[in-house]
Amino acid sequence: MATLRDIQNRIKAVQSTQKITKAMKMVSASKLRKVQTRMLDLRPYANKMNDVLQSLANGADRESHPLLALRSRKTVEVVVFTSDRGLCGAFNTNILKAAQKCIDDYKNDGFEVKISSIGKKSADYFKRRHVELLNKWTGMSGNITFTNAGEIADKIKENYTNEEADEVVVVYNAFKSMAAQTITVSKLLPLAAIEDEQETASAEGPADFIYEPSMDAIFERLLPRNVDVQIYRALLESSAAEEAARMSAMENATKSCSDMVSSLTLQFNKARQASITGELMDIVGGVEALKG
Amino acid sequence: MAETLTLDIVTPHGHIFTEEVDEVLAPGSEGEFGVLPDHSPFLTTLKIGILSYKKGSETGYFFINWGYAEVGPDKVTILADSAEKSDEIDPERAKEALKRAEERLKQATNVDEARATSAVARATARIGLVDTHVPR
Repeated sequence: MATLRDIQNRIKAVQSTQKITKAMKMVSASKLRKVQTRMLDLRPYANKMNDVLQSLANGADRESHPLLALRSRKTVEVVVFTSDRGLCGAFNTNILKAAQKCIDDYKNDGFEVKISSIGKKSADYFKRRHVELLNKWTGMSGNITFTNAGEIADKIKENYTNEEADEVVVVYNAFKSMAAQTITVSKLLPLAAIEDEQETASAEGPADFIYEPSMDAIFERLLPRNVDVQIYRALLESSAAEEAARMSAMENATKSCSDMVSSLTLQFNKARQASITGELMDIVGGVEALKG
Repeated sequence: MAETLTLDIVTPHGHIFTEEVDEVLAPGSEGEFGVLPDHSPFLTTLKIGILSYKKGSETGYFFINWGYAEVGPDKVTILADSAEKSDEIDPERAKEALKRAEERLKQATNVDEARATSAVARATARIGLVDTHVPR
């Protein structure tokens, strides 16, 4: 049986762990708040942008812009968004599992799959499996800016226009609420997939737009911009989801620590009582012996 | 028949304005254009400049930094890289930015020239907006 001192040491150890997890939870909470406001600010812009593209795409000429062109699909680029740091529960495991499934599905359908990773965790994951990465970015989570997103988007657009990849799919955790993230797999390029979905969603006929300066010129600016915005959004969503996941993981850890402390305290009290009883028995025994 | 327009201004930093207005005047890349209710569908790119709207006797001004405008019969949606309401502009800051940008432009290599030029345009538009439209 553990001695009193052993138990005391364990209680102290658990209590200091609890302090750390509690602090980490609070740090995550404040980071979450920051990134969450930015994400919520961006959402209407991203949605509006999609709306505008939707009304545009109906009358669009496929060949007018390289990012619109439909090619026969042979290579698929999968972009996986994970965090740089761990200790956020099943966040990375879930997203990597979904990404792997998506990759396997494409492979089974006979596509060549290229992978780009964002975040250290996915880079490590694919490195362990000796998968070569098309691109990788790490160290983003602390400082997501539109410029950062633009760099990623530029690389993706470049690969697409160079016919390195005929389709680009992004896999990321979308922030839903404090307690829930949804894994989102969405097609970034070509734009066709988005349009098809939306065409069925709104059965309105194509609006007869007047374009100024010209449709091509508008596409020239709007399409690349849309990729930037979508990447930026995915980065923010993923980062908010990461902090939320970390928060609830740390919350759970803190709770488990409390449970452990209370059960250890119980054990400690029992052990102390047992030793007191033992000592009493000795004294009583001694007194009896002296009497005799 | 629509009698008013819904003006929406959205930037990556948030939905900054949405209101029913009577008339909108915006800086299209091919020149300024005005929108009244029942305008035919129209999509254009915007340049750096000043957007104004009229609502009854009230007039409001925004500084717009690039973007797009989508015009429908009863709505105008502005997607701008950034936008500021006239009373949120800090004229001192804009003047300093203008000075900095003009200096850069003098010694610029061609790489920075585009950036410096648009910085000058931004600062000039901001200052112009403050000078003409902000009561003091």
